[in-house]
Amino acid sequence: MDLLNLFIKSVFIENLALSFFLGMCTFLAVSKKVKTAIGLGIAVIVVQTIAVPVNNLVYTYVLKPNAIQPGIDLSFLGFITYIGVIAALVQILEMFLDKYVPSLYSALGIFLPLITVNCAIFGGVSFMVQREYNFTESVVYGVGSGTSWAIALILLAAVREKLKYAHTPNGLNGLGIVFITAGLIALGFMSFSGIKL
Amino acid sequence: MSDLPSAKEVFTRPLIKDNPVMIQVLGICSSLAVSSNMKTALVMSLALTFVTAFSNLIISSIRKYIPNSVRIIAQMTVIASLVIIVDQLLKAFSYDLSKQLSVFVGLIITNCIVMGRAEAFAMKYPPVLSFLDGLGNGIGYGIILCFLGTVRELFGSGKWFDITLLKTVNDGGWYVPNGFMLMPPCAFFLIGLLIWLTNQVYKINTKPEYDTSRKDAS
Repeated sequence: MDLLNLFIKSVFIENLALSFFLGMCTFLAVSKKVKTAIGLGIAVIVVQTIAVPVNNLVYTYVLKPNAIQPGIDLSFLGFITYIGVIAALVQILEMFLDKYVPSLYSALGIFLPLITVNCAIFGGVSFMVQREYNFTESVVYGVGSGTSWAIALILLAAVREKLKYAHTPNGLNGLGIVFITAGLIALGFMSFSGIKL
Repeated sequence: MSDLPSAKEVFTRPLIKDNPVMIQVLGICSSLAVSSNMKTALVMSLALTFVTAFSNLIISSIRKYIPNSVRIIAQMTVIASLVIIVDQLLKAFSYDLSKQLSVFVGLIITNCIVMGRAEAFAMKYPPVLSFLDGLGNGIGYGIILCFLGTVRELFGSGKWFDITLLKTVNDGGWYVPNGFMLMPPCAFFLIGLLIWLTNQVYKINTKPEYDTSRKDAS
């Protein structure tokens, strides 16, 4: 039950995009169409599901104080290792998809390499380390936080598709109104924060 | 390199006119998350200014030796090393603050301002200019962050840098704090309104994709 709680918590209550503002740049840039949003959302879920557990293993067996040998503390190398692992993973995933699942590869297109610099992935990994999840928890958290970001992205894209036809005040068109829309969606998600698990 | 921009222009342009947050819309993630009080906002802007300026300086000085195909990784390594320095310094000298900022110091690595300036400016121009560009962008980001921090902290809890300016009702004063200011959605609204304001001031007309006003449907 704890794992289910963790999943629900990471999807709704601690939504990466709407309550921690992670991955905002891509969130705003790629949410113009629902179709591309779904593509990117899936890519993020996949990468997040792999990256969080892998970094969990790296942290537990290499970087944690006294992990390699008693007295050796490599935790200060954290950031550079995580970003390296994420970049390598994305590259491997890209090659793998290109070879074995070309249809998905062409559907994701440019989004895959972009994920390396998406703060949602890096943020997810940092939260995992900070909250000291074990391996199983990190798998669940990876799926959950990836899903939370994808849901927020697709919701915003759906609203933006309609927003094009709206008559907004001059100067507020474009990004201004998108921010306010995102704020309203975030306000909706705040209602989940009352849930105690 | 015949048409180098002047040093002054490079430094002052990103402050307001070409502000990284308002106009280029980069680095939104952290500017929303750490702006709920002034102290974290200020530390975050200092940290980001330091990282942007020095990563621009370093990347620009080695730009001729970085092969084009691995430039992202090379830039990442430089940026990550600088962020580690900042993080270690913060942990050493103000541990409480580094706990408050939690993962957001680490997230400077993936902050689009740093990467964006390294890619767009430092790879093309000489070190000193790049350093100034990084400094300008960092400060431009800092201005917005401190503005957001001021508004949110003052109206959200009646304080500024933890000094009570508006005495709240709970402490026997008159000000009823607007708790909404401290919540995440508020940051979205404030940035949206700020973008509106900058567009109005600089007369940037953003055309709607479809004109839905009554007058054309005669």
